[in-house]
Amino acid sequence: MIEERFDAIVIGAGMAGNAAAYTMASRGLKVLQLERGEYPGSKNVQGAIMYASMLEKIIPDFREDAPLERHLVEQRFWVMDDRSHTGMHYRSDDFNEDKPNRYTIVRAQFDKWFSRKCREVGVTLLCETTVTELIRNDAGKVLGVKTDRRGGAVFADVVVLAEGVNGLLGPRAGLRASPKPETVALAVKEMHFLPAETIESRFAIKGDEGVVIEMVGTFSKGMTGLGFLYTNKESISVGLGCLVSDFAETRESPYAMLEAFKAHPSIAPLLAGSECKEYAAHLIPEGGFKEIPQLYGDGWVVVGDAAHFNNAVHREGSNLAMTSGRLAGEAIHRIKAARDPLTKDTLKLYKQLLDESFLMKDLKKYKDLPGLLHTNSKNFFLSYPQLMSQAAQSYLRVDGTPKIDKEKKTLRSFIDKRSRLGLISDAVKLAMAWR
Amino acid sequence: MHIVVCIKQVPDSAQIRVHPVTNTIMRQGVPTIINPYDLFALEAALRLRDEHGGTVTVLTMGPPMAEDSLRKALTFGADRAVLLTDRFFAGSDTLATSFALAQAIAKIGETFGTPDIVFTGKQTIDGDTAQVGPGIAKRQKLLQLTYVSKIAELDLAARRIKVERRAEGGVQVLETRLPVLITMLEGTNEMRRGTMVDALRAARAEIVTWSAKDAGIEDVLKCGLRGSPTVVKRVFAPAARSDKAQMIEIQPATRDTADALVAAIFGGIAGIEGDLVELHQTL
Repeated sequence: MIEERFDAIVIGAGMAGNAAAYTMASRGLKVLQLERGEYPGSKNVQGAIMYASMLEKIIPDFREDAPLERHLVEQRFWVMDDRSHTGMHYRSDDFNEDKPNRYTIVRAQFDKWFSRKCREVGVTLLCETTVTELIRNDAGKVLGVKTDRRGGAVFADVVVLAEGVNGLLGPRAGLRASPKPETVALAVKEMHFLPAETIESRFAIKGDEGVVIEMVGTFSKGMTGLGFLYTNKESISVGLGCLVSDFAETRESPYAMLEAFKAHPSIAPLLAGSECKEYAAHLIPEGGFKEIPQLYGDGWVVVGDAAHFNNAVHREGSNLAMTSGRLAGEAIHRIKAARDPLTKDTLKLYKQLLDESFLMKDLKKYKDLPGLLHTNSKNFFLSYPQLMSQAAQSYLRVDGTPKIDKEKKTLRSFIDKRSRLGLISDAVKLAMAWR
Repeated sequence: MHIVVCIKQVPDSAQIRVHPVTNTIMRQGVPTIINPYDLFALEAALRLRDEHGGTVTVLTMGPPMAEDSLRKALTFGADRAVLLTDRFFAGSDTLATSFALAQAIAKIGETFGTPDIVFTGKQTIDGDTAQVGPGIAKRQKLLQLTYVSKIAELDLAARRIKVERRAEGGVQVLETRLPVLITMLEGTNEMRRGTMVDALRAARAEIVTWSAKDAGIEDVLKCGLRGSPTVVKRVFAPAARSDKAQMIEIQPATRDTADALVAAIFGGIAGIEGDLVELHQTL
């Protein structure tokens, strides 16, 4: 057992854990952070796009030394069938601003930097140290943690669970349920090395400019899924994700789907000549608002992916992680500053701060969307992409068919596939869920 | 007893890549590790300390980021870490490296007590020369025991040590007097897992950081590129083999397909045609 007591123990050195540790230590609290990986970031996987404003609230001048890959000037949304994509591209020179809003990052590098910042403000970080158990008293109050190192028990006033989507401690201690197959996605991703000049000419960008492509379509075989392709400085991240329950039902293999995705005629040319550097897979919480567990209790709070904070619609995971970590840190600091104990009663401040923030408001707004897309996945991810492609081809091919017939044919193909009522119902439901 | 263990931070060779165009080694983004051979030296040192008492100092020469490796060594249980870092050391070959390390060990002796044993790994995985250990021994006038597979006995009162050393065709059992330099063979022990106390201490430990001047090195001409007679003429990736895999249909398998298979595998090897004919007849 370690004699020394800490104000807070943070479990995990991902976005949420680092944000919490930094927030508390920079306000003078004595923080111990425990990470099972060899170094911070070694276990962390993300696409990855980082939104600046959430990090600015923690480290305002992060642009000075954070390892950022490219700031994004162009977003493409593609609806794909097996041989085509129908796309919307948005590109604006307004994104070339002094302080850009979105960056691609490589988590292994970024997390090392974030962790160094934490240590600079006084966080004590131990890597390769796995927390095996929460230490609790008879009343259930969390007093500290046990680790897999000899003499590994440590005590603190509060434990911040930033253990990630698949963390075992919370569920084991009965603080929250394990993630359910229908509320988590399994995403697979590859990093492909390409020289910076090749990436720049291929995507028509210069300097640190970057492009993001996000796709839905037949590649997910009718499952609820999203594909992505992000430009880093000297590499391209490409991947896709679908709900775990769908994978279980369809018996599709993620790697085979990714292979087919990379070979798609719209994607293969973007990756041509590249060398695959790494392959990664990760779970993503997709259940939204309805899956958020109890967030605090006597001597503990839960943040980030472990708390199921992810906005699937806007693909915001890490910034919700950072925000929840920061708010937990602020709440804990305020309670400590008032010399109050860190109990269920005082820690509800964390929940209050979350409710007041964009985080809970956004998740609440889209609370019905995950369910809708899931129950209608065959239409949204298989039928509509095919119909869109047919419609586009019919419009673009000039072959002497009267235009009125073409339009009728297109409309009929939609109705045949989904029925007039089905189409209207999908549109209304989507609008309602979005509202 | 005072033991000094020399370690080196090296790129993880399992993850190293050669640039497809320039043929240079791409170190960017490649994780660094403690040279795996050095871990056997460190564990041997920690075991001796645990048994006989004393302290273990780890020493490395490298860029400031080499501190990570030292901190890791402290997590395993080393007592003190010294980082020798200076731009004068950049580009050192084994001659210049062993010079700088020998000087630093002398300084460690003055500052923290004369070492009884200096340990190094058998060699590093990035240089593979196995010259630095013996180089230090020569300069420090230490007896050297290389390729040691086991520390059999240590008698501090009599100042004697007995070790087993792997030699061609067998194991030598050698006994000599302290102080001594030992280069440790791989697979001789298994690195321990540091305790929580060690991990906490390592996370906060002050790393002793010395420049060339701090280490008492006056002749910087013997350091770094200027002190290194070794010249790397060229680095290149060997050309990929042009042999292509070939498919032989074996449905249905006949005598002929078996012969074709044997011919495809052994056909290119000169001088075994007779054996192949004989094999065909026996079958």
